[in-house]
Amino acid sequence: MRAMIARRTQFIVATALWLAAGPGLAVGEELLTLKLTARNGRFYPETIEVPAGTRFKIVITNEGPGPEEFESSELNKEKVLAAGVTSFLVFAPLKPGTYRFFGEFHPDTAQGRIVVK
Amino acid sequence: MLATAIIVFREVLEAALIIGIVLAATQGLARRANWVSAGIVAGVAGAGLVAWFADTISAALAGIGQEVFNAGIMLFAVVMLGWHNVWMKRHGREMAQHMRDLGQAVKLGSRSMTMLAVVIGLAVLREGSEVVLFLYGVAVAQPDSPGLMLSGGLLGLLSGAIVGLLMYRGLLRISSRHLFAVTTWMITLLASGMAAQAAGFLMQADLLPPLVQSMWDTSGIVAQNSVFGRVLQTLIGYVDHPSGIQVLFYAVTLISIVLLMRLYGSMSSSHKVQPIRAMET
Repeated sequence: MRAMIARRTQFIVATALWLAAGPGLAVGEELLTLKLTARNGRFYPETIEVPAGTRFKIVITNEGPGPEEFESSELNKEKVLAAGVTSFLVFAPLKPGTYRFFGEFHPDTAQGRIVVK
Repeated sequence: MLATAIIVFREVLEAALIIGIVLAATQGLARRANWVSAGIVAGVAGAGLVAWFADTISAALAGIGQEVFNAGIMLFAVVMLGWHNVWMKRHGREMAQHMRDLGQAVKLGSRSMTMLAVVIGLAVLREGSEVVLFLYGVAVAQPDSPGLMLSGGLLGLLSGAIVGLLMYRGLLRISSRHLFAVTTWMITLLASGMAAQAAGFLMQADLLPPLVQSMWDTSGIVAQNSVFGRVLQTLIGYVDHPSGIQVLFYAVTLISIVLLMRLYGSMSSSHKVQPIRAMET
Protein backbone atom coordinates (compact mmCIF):
# COMPACT_ATOMS: atom_id res chain seq x y z
CA MET A 1 0.00 0.00 0.00
CA ARG A 2 2.84 2.35 0.88
CA ALA A 3 4.49 1.58 -2.45
CA MET A 4 1.23 2.36 -4.17
CA ILE A 5 0.86 5.65 -2.35
CA ALA A 6 4.46 6.54 -3.17
CA ARG A 7 3.85 5.67 -6.80
CA ARG A 8 0.70 7.73 -6.88
CA THR A 9 2.40 10.63 -5.17
CA GLN A 10 5.20 10.50 -7.71
CA PHE A 11 2.67 10.41 -10.45
CA ILE A 12 0.76 13.38 -9.07
CA VAL A 13 4.00 15.34 -8.70
CA ALA A 14 5.00 14.45 -12.25
CA THR A 15 1.57 15.47 -13.52
CA ALA A 16 1.76 18.76 -11.65
CA LEU A 17 5.20 19.44 -13.13
CA TRP A 18 3.93 18.76 -16.62
CA LEU A 19 0.96 20.99 -16.03
CA ALA A 20 3.25 23.72 -14.82
CA ALA A 21 5.72 23.30 -17.69
CA GLY A 22 3.21 22.66 -20.50
CA PRO A 23 1.61 26.10 -20.93
CA GLY A 24 5.03 27.78 -20.65
CA LEU A 25 6.38 25.68 -23.51
CA ALA A 26 3.36 26.29 -25.68
CA VAL A 27 3.93 30.04 -25.59
CA GLY A 28 7.59 29.74 -26.61
CA GLU A 29 7.36 27.41 -29.59
CA GLU A 30 4.90 28.59 -32.24
CA LEU A 31 2.86 25.35 -32.55
CA LEU A 32 1.73 24.37 -36.06
CA THR A 33 -2.06 24.50 -35.87
CA LEU A 34 -4.53 23.00 -38.32
CA LYS A 35 -8.30 23.13 -38.45
CA LEU A 36 -10.75 20.26 -38.77
CA THR A 37 -14.52 20.52 -38.88
CA ALA A 38 -17.07 17.77 -38.32
CA ARG A 39 -20.42 18.42 -39.97
CA ASN A 40 -23.31 16.11 -40.92
CA GLY A 41 -21.30 13.00 -40.22
CA ARG A 42 -18.28 14.03 -42.28
CA PHE A 43 -14.89 15.63 -41.67
CA TYR A 44 -13.72 18.73 -43.57
CA PRO A 45 -11.03 18.53 -44.87
CA GLU A 46 -10.68 14.79 -45.13
CA THR A 47 -6.96 14.99 -45.71
CA ILE A 48 -4.62 16.96 -43.49
CA GLU A 49 -0.97 17.32 -44.48
CA VAL A 50 1.74 17.94 -41.93
CA PRO A 51 5.54 17.85 -42.08
CA ALA A 52 7.31 14.89 -40.49
CA GLY A 53 9.04 15.23 -37.13
CA THR A 54 7.08 18.29 -36.01
CA ARG A 55 4.71 18.67 -33.10
CA PHE A 56 1.37 19.98 -34.25
CA LYS A 57 -2.10 20.77 -33.03
CA ILE A 58 -5.48 20.15 -34.64
CA VAL A 59 -8.35 22.37 -33.57
CA ILE A 60 -11.58 20.44 -34.09
CA THR A 61 -14.99 22.05 -34.34
CA ASN A 62 -18.11 19.95 -34.33
CA GLU A 63 -20.82 21.86 -36.15
CA GLY A 64 -23.28 19.04 -35.55
CA PRO A 65 -25.99 18.05 -35.64
CA GLY A 66 -25.30 15.91 -32.61
CA PRO A 67 -22.03 14.89 -31.01
CA GLU A 68 -19.06 13.31 -32.75
CA GLU A 69 -16.11 11.35 -31.45
CA PHE A 70 -12.79 11.87 -33.15
CA GLU A 71 -10.96 8.58 -32.98
CA SER A 72 -7.73 7.20 -34.35
CA SER A 73 -6.28 4.00 -33.01
CA GLU A 74 -3.21 4.54 -35.19
CA LEU A 75 -2.55 7.78 -33.36
CA ASN A 76 -3.93 6.71 -29.98
CA LYS A 77 -6.49 9.50 -29.85
CA GLU A 78 -10.16 9.62 -28.95
CA LYS A 79 -12.13 12.70 -28.09
CA VAL A 80 -15.86 13.27 -27.81
CA LEU A 81 -17.21 16.61 -29.02
CA ALA A 82 -20.75 17.70 -28.29
CA ALA A 83 -22.50 19.67 -31.03
CA GLY A 84 -21.18 23.22 -31.35
CA VAL A 85 -18.02 22.48 -29.35
CA THR A 86 -14.50 23.37 -30.40
CA SER A 87 -11.56 21.58 -28.83
CA PHE A 88 -8.05 20.56 -29.76
CA LEU A 89 -5.61 17.67 -29.86
CA VAL A 90 -1.83 17.93 -29.76
CA PHE A 91 0.16 15.41 -31.77
CA ALA A 92 3.71 14.32 -31.05
CA PRO A 93 6.15 14.42 -34.00
CA LEU A 94 5.23 11.68 -36.48
CA LYS A 95 7.17 9.60 -38.98
CA PRO A 96 6.21 9.99 -42.67
CA GLY A 97 3.13 8.00 -43.60
CA THR A 98 -0.65 8.04 -43.66
CA TYR A 99 -2.58 7.90 -40.42
CA ARG A 100 -6.31 7.34 -40.60
CA PHE A 101 -8.91 8.77 -38.26
CA PHE A 102 -12.67 8.41 -38.13
CA GLY A 103 -15.79 9.64 -36.38
CA GLU A 104 -16.91 6.96 -33.98
CA PHE A 105 -20.52 8.11 -34.16
CA HIS A 106 -20.59 8.11 -38.00
CA PRO A 107 -18.03 5.42 -38.81
CA ASP A 108 -19.26 4.86 -42.38
CA THR A 109 -19.00 8.43 -43.62
CA ALA A 110 -16.77 10.35 -41.23
CA GLN A 111 -13.34 9.24 -42.35
CA GLY A 112 -10.15 11.15 -42.87
CA ARG A 113 -6.39 10.88 -42.85
CA ILE A 114 -3.36 12.77 -41.70
CA VAL A 115 -0.61 12.59 -44.30
CA VAL A 116 2.83 13.15 -42.84
CA LYS A 117 5.54 14.08 -45.34
CA MET B 1 -31.44 1.30 -36.93
CA LEU B 2 -28.75 -1.34 -37.38
CA ALA B 3 -26.03 1.32 -37.49
CA THR B 4 -27.31 2.71 -34.19
CA ALA B 5 -27.39 -0.78 -32.69
CA ILE B 6 -23.80 -1.51 -33.74
CA ILE B 7 -22.44 1.74 -32.31
CA VAL B 8 -24.29 1.28 -29.01
CA PHE B 9 -23.10 -2.33 -28.88
CA ARG B 10 -19.47 -1.25 -29.27
CA GLU B 11 -19.81 1.25 -26.46
CA VAL B 12 -21.68 -1.11 -24.13
CA LEU B 13 -19.29 -4.01 -24.72
CA GLU B 14 -16.59 -2.95 -22.26
CA ALA B 15 -18.96 -2.39 -19.35
CA ALA B 16 -20.79 -5.66 -20.12
CA LEU B 17 -17.57 -7.68 -20.06
CA ILE B 18 -16.50 -6.06 -16.80
CA ILE B 19 -19.86 -6.89 -15.21
CA GLY B 20 -19.57 -10.50 -16.45
CA ILE B 21 -16.12 -10.86 -14.88
CA VAL B 22 -17.19 -9.25 -11.60
CA LEU B 23 -20.22 -11.55 -11.38
CA ALA B 24 -17.97 -14.58 -11.84
CA ALA B 25 -15.38 -13.25 -9.40
CA THR B 26 -17.99 -12.73 -6.71
CA GLN B 27 -19.61 -16.12 -7.12
CA GLY B 28 -20.91 -17.13 -3.70
CA LEU B 29 -20.64 -13.72 -2.06
CA ALA B 30 -23.77 -12.75 -0.21
CA ARG B 31 -26.07 -10.10 -1.68
CA ARG B 32 -23.89 -9.58 -4.71
CA ALA B 33 -26.90 -9.10 -6.97
CA ASN B 34 -27.86 -6.06 -4.90
CA TRP B 35 -24.38 -4.60 -5.12
CA VAL B 36 -24.02 -5.23 -8.83
CA SER B 37 -27.46 -3.71 -9.51
CA ALA B 38 -26.63 -0.72 -7.34
CA GLY B 39 -23.41 -0.24 -9.32
CA ILE B 40 -25.27 -0.38 -12.64
CA VAL B 41 -28.03 1.99 -11.51
CA ALA B 42 -25.52 4.49 -10.11
CA GLY B 43 -23.50 4.18 -13.31
CA VAL B 44 -26.50 4.88 -15.54
CA ALA B 45 -27.46 7.91 -13.45
CA GLY B 46 -23.84 9.10 -13.56
CA ALA B 47 -23.73 8.57 -17.33
CA GLY B 48 -26.72 10.88 -17.75
CA LEU B 49 -25.06 13.53 -15.62
CA VAL B 50 -21.73 13.26 -17.46
CA ALA B 51 -23.47 13.49 -20.83
CA TRP B 52 -25.43 16.51 -19.64
CA PHE B 53 -22.26 18.27 -18.50
CA ALA B 54 -20.16 17.02 -21.44
CA ASP B 55 -19.50 20.56 -22.70
CA THR B 56 -18.42 21.77 -19.28
CA ILE B 57 -16.16 18.79 -18.66
CA SER B 58 -14.65 19.05 -22.12
CA ALA B 59 -13.90 22.78 -21.75
CA ALA B 60 -12.46 22.42 -18.24
CA LEU B 61 -8.71 22.66 -17.56
CA ALA B 62 -8.06 24.62 -20.75
CA GLY B 63 -9.60 21.99 -23.03
CA ILE B 64 -8.14 18.83 -21.54
CA GLY B 65 -10.92 18.23 -19.01
CA GLN B 66 -12.30 15.20 -20.83
CA GLU B 67 -8.92 13.44 -20.93
CA VAL B 68 -8.17 14.16 -17.27
CA PHE B 69 -11.69 13.08 -16.27
CA ASN B 70 -11.44 9.79 -18.18
CA ALA B 71 -7.94 9.08 -16.90
CA GLY B 72 -9.00 9.88 -13.34
CA ILE B 73 -11.98 7.51 -13.50
CA MET B 74 -9.86 4.73 -14.93
CA LEU B 75 -7.03 5.13 -12.43
CA PHE B 76 -9.53 5.10 -9.59
CA ALA B 77 -11.00 1.86 -10.97
CA VAL B 78 -7.48 0.43 -11.23
CA VAL B 79 -6.90 1.10 -7.52
CA MET B 80 -10.27 -0.49 -6.62
CA LEU B 81 -9.55 -3.59 -8.71
CA GLY B 82 -6.07 -4.00 -7.25
CA TRP B 83 -7.41 -3.51 -3.76
CA HIS B 84 -10.11 -6.12 -4.36
CA ASN B 85 -7.53 -8.68 -5.47
CA VAL B 86 -5.32 -8.12 -2.43
CA TRP B 87 -8.34 -8.14 -0.12
CA MET B 88 -9.75 -11.35 -1.58
CA LYS B 89 -6.37 -13.05 -1.36
CA ARG B 90 -6.21 -12.12 2.29
CA HIS B 91 -9.76 -12.96 3.30
CA GLY B 92 -10.91 -15.43 0.66
CA ARG B 93 -10.25 -18.54 2.70
CA GLU B 94 -11.65 -16.96 5.84
CA MET B 95 -14.82 -16.20 3.92
CA ALA B 96 -15.11 -19.74 2.61
CA GLN B 97 -14.83 -21.04 6.16
CA HIS B 98 -17.63 -18.79 7.28
CA MET B 99 -19.92 -19.51 4.39
CA ARG B 100 -22.37 -21.24 6.72
CA ASP B 101 -22.45 -18.30 9.06
CA LEU B 102 -24.52 -16.05 6.86
CA GLY B 103 -24.20 -12.90 8.94
CA GLN B 104 -20.42 -13.07 8.91
CA ALA B 105 -20.32 -13.82 5.21
CA VAL B 106 -22.49 -10.80 4.49
CA LYS B 107 -20.24 -8.57 6.56
CA LEU B 108 -17.05 -9.80 4.90
CA GLY B 109 -18.53 -9.95 1.44
CA SER B 110 -19.94 -6.46 1.50
CA ARG B 111 -16.53 -4.85 1.88
CA SER B 112 -15.16 -6.45 -1.25
CA MET B 113 -18.44 -5.98 -3.10
CA THR B 114 -18.39 -2.24 -2.41
CA MET B 115 -15.14 -1.90 -4.34
CA LEU B 116 -16.38 -3.96 -7.26
CA ALA B 117 -19.72 -2.14 -7.31
CA VAL B 118 -17.76 1.11 -7.64
CA VAL B 119 -15.79 -0.38 -10.54
CA ILE B 120 -19.02 -1.41 -12.27
CA GLY B 121 -20.54 2.01 -11.63
CA LEU B 122 -17.52 3.76 -13.14
CA ALA B 123 -17.42 1.48 -16.20
CA VAL B 124 -21.12 2.04 -16.86
CA LEU B 125 -20.74 5.78 -16.29
CA ARG B 126 -17.83 6.14 -18.71
CA GLU B 127 -19.21 4.03 -21.54
CA GLY B 128 -22.81 4.97 -20.83
CA SER B 129 -22.21 8.69 -21.10
CA GLU B 130 -21.01 8.19 -24.67
CA VAL B 131 -24.09 6.10 -25.46
CA VAL B 132 -26.34 8.83 -24.06
CA LEU B 133 -24.52 11.50 -26.08
CA PHE B 134 -24.68 9.41 -29.22
CA LEU B 135 -28.38 8.57 -28.89
CA TYR B 136 -29.10 12.21 -28.15
CA GLY B 137 -27.25 13.07 -31.36
CA VAL B 138 -29.30 10.57 -33.36
CA ALA B 139 -32.48 11.99 -31.84
CA VAL B 140 -31.45 15.50 -32.90
CA ALA B 141 -30.51 14.41 -36.43
CA GLN B 142 -33.67 12.37 -37.02
CA PRO B 143 -36.40 13.85 -34.86
CA ASP B 144 -39.12 12.07 -36.85
CA SER B 145 -38.22 8.52 -35.96
CA PRO B 146 -37.67 8.18 -32.23
CA GLY B 147 -38.92 4.58 -32.40
CA LEU B 148 -36.11 3.54 -34.73
CA MET B 149 -33.53 5.15 -32.53
CA LEU B 150 -34.92 3.56 -29.40
CA SER B 151 -35.12 0.10 -30.91
CA GLY B 152 -31.59 0.45 -32.30
CA GLY B 153 -30.32 1.52 -28.91
CA LEU B 154 -32.14 -1.30 -27.14
CA LEU B 155 -30.87 -3.87 -29.65
CA GLY B 156 -27.29 -2.67 -29.08
CA LEU B 157 -27.74 -2.71 -25.33
CA LEU B 158 -29.24 -6.20 -25.43
CA SER B 159 -26.43 -7.56 -27.62
CA GLY B 160 -23.89 -6.11 -25.21
CA ALA B 161 -25.68 -7.66 -22.26
CA ILE B 162 -25.69 -11.04 -24.01
CA VAL B 163 -21.91 -10.87 -24.47
CA GLY B 164 -21.55 -10.05 -20.75
CA LEU B 165 -23.80 -12.99 -19.89
CA LEU B 166 -21.79 -15.32 -22.14
CA MET B 167 -18.62 -14.17 -20.41
CA TYR B 168 -20.17 -14.95 -17.03
CA ARG B 169 -21.57 -18.32 -18.10
CA GLY B 170 -18.27 -19.25 -19.72
CA LEU B 171 -16.34 -18.43 -16.57
CA LEU B 172 -18.73 -20.48 -14.44
CA ARG B 173 -17.82 -23.54 -16.47
CA ILE B 174 -14.40 -23.41 -14.90
CA SER B 175 -14.33 -25.70 -11.87
CA SER B 176 -14.83 -23.79 -8.64
CA ARG B 177 -11.36 -24.83 -7.52
CA HIS B 178 -9.73 -22.78 -10.28
CA LEU B 179 -12.36 -20.10 -10.72
CA PHE B 180 -10.89 -17.83 -8.06
CA ALA B 181 -7.39 -17.99 -9.59
CA VAL B 182 -8.77 -17.32 -13.06
CA THR B 183 -10.90 -14.34 -12.05
CA THR B 184 -8.03 -12.92 -9.99
CA TRP B 185 -5.83 -12.96 -13.07
CA MET B 186 -8.57 -11.53 -15.26
CA ILE B 187 -9.08 -8.66 -12.83
CA THR B 188 -5.33 -8.05 -12.72
CA LEU B 189 -5.14 -7.85 -16.52
CA LEU B 190 -8.30 -5.72 -16.64
CA ALA B 191 -6.71 -3.26 -14.21
CA SER B 192 -3.41 -3.19 -16.12
CA GLY B 193 -5.24 -2.51 -19.37
CA MET B 194 -7.20 0.31 -17.75
CA ALA B 195 -3.96 1.85 -16.48
CA ALA B 196 -2.59 1.75 -20.03
CA GLN B 197 -5.76 3.41 -21.35
CA ALA B 198 -5.51 6.08 -18.67
CA ALA B 199 -1.90 6.72 -19.72
CA GLY B 200 -3.20 7.10 -23.28
CA PHE B 201 -5.62 9.82 -22.18
CA LEU B 202 -2.95 11.66 -20.16
CA MET B 203 -0.63 11.44 -23.15
CA GLN B 204 -3.35 12.81 -25.41
CA ALA B 205 -3.76 15.72 -22.98
CA ASP B 206 -0.01 16.26 -23.27
CA LEU B 207 0.42 15.65 -19.54
CA LEU B 208 2.62 12.59 -20.06
CA PRO B 209 5.28 12.11 -22.75
CA PRO B 210 4.71 9.12 -25.07
CA LEU B 211 8.38 8.07 -24.45
CA VAL B 212 8.17 5.97 -27.61
CA GLN B 213 5.43 6.84 -30.11
CA SER B 214 4.76 3.24 -31.11
CA MET B 215 6.35 0.23 -29.44
CA TRP B 216 4.90 -2.21 -31.96
CA ASP B 217 2.14 -2.39 -34.54
CA THR B 218 -0.21 -5.36 -34.61
CA SER B 219 -3.11 -3.57 -36.29
CA GLY B 220 -2.62 -5.88 -39.29
CA ILE B 221 -3.43 -8.89 -37.09
CA VAL B 222 -6.18 -7.49 -34.84
CA ALA B 223 -7.32 -3.91 -35.42
CA GLN B 224 -8.13 -2.19 -32.18
CA ASN B 225 -11.38 -0.67 -33.41
CA SER B 226 -12.76 -4.03 -34.56
CA VAL B 227 -15.19 -5.71 -32.17
CA PHE B 228 -12.64 -8.42 -31.39
CA GLY B 229 -10.02 -5.74 -30.78
CA ARG B 230 -12.35 -4.04 -28.34
CA VAL B 231 -12.99 -7.27 -26.47
CA LEU B 232 -9.25 -7.88 -26.24
CA GLN B 233 -8.70 -4.29 -25.12
CA THR B 234 -11.05 -4.78 -22.19
CA LEU B 235 -9.90 -8.26 -21.25
CA ILE B 236 -6.13 -7.98 -21.52
CA GLY B 237 -5.57 -4.29 -22.30
CA TYR B 238 -4.77 -4.90 -25.97
CA VAL B 239 -3.59 -1.81 -27.85
CA ASP B 240 -2.48 -2.25 -31.46
CA HIS B 241 -0.09 0.74 -31.43
CA PRO B 242 0.94 1.12 -27.79
CA SER B 243 3.19 4.01 -26.89
CA GLY B 244 6.07 3.55 -24.48
CA ILE B 245 4.25 5.17 -21.58
CA GLN B 246 1.24 2.86 -22.06
CA VAL B 247 3.44 -0.24 -21.92
CA LEU B 248 5.14 1.21 -18.84
CA PHE B 249 1.83 1.87 -17.05
CA TYR B 250 0.64 -1.61 -17.95
CA ALA B 251 3.77 -3.28 -16.64
CA VAL B 252 3.97 -1.21 -13.45
CA THR B 253 0.30 -1.92 -12.63
CA LEU B 254 0.60 -5.63 -13.35
CA ILE B 255 3.78 -6.01 -11.28
CA SER B 256 2.42 -3.85 -8.43
CA ILE B 257 -0.78 -5.86 -8.08
CA VAL B 258 1.06 -9.19 -8.17
CA LEU B 259 3.62 -7.96 -5.62
CA LEU B 260 1.00 -6.45 -3.32
CA MET B 261 -0.95 -9.70 -3.44
CA ARG B 262 2.20 -11.62 -2.50
CA LEU B 263 3.17 -9.17 0.24
CA TYR B 264 -0.14 -8.50 1.91
CA GLY B 265 -2.26 -11.35 0.68
CA SER B 266 -0.72 -14.12 2.73
CA MET B 267 0.35 -12.11 5.78
CA SER B 268 -2.74 -12.82 7.82
CA SER B 269 -2.45 -16.62 7.97
CA SER B 270 -2.24 -16.57 11.77
CA HIS B 271 -5.09 -14.11 11.76
CA LYS B 272 -7.45 -16.47 9.99
CA VAL B 273 -7.77 -19.02 12.74
CA GLN B 274 -8.90 -16.62 15.42
CA PRO B 275 -12.49 -15.97 14.47
CA ILE B 276 -13.18 -19.71 14.28
CA ARG B 277 -11.93 -20.25 17.78
CA ALA B 278 -14.01 -17.38 19.00
CA MET B 279 -17.06 -19.03 17.54
CA GLU B 280 -16.37 -22.41 19.03
CA THR B 281 -16.18 -21.17 22.62
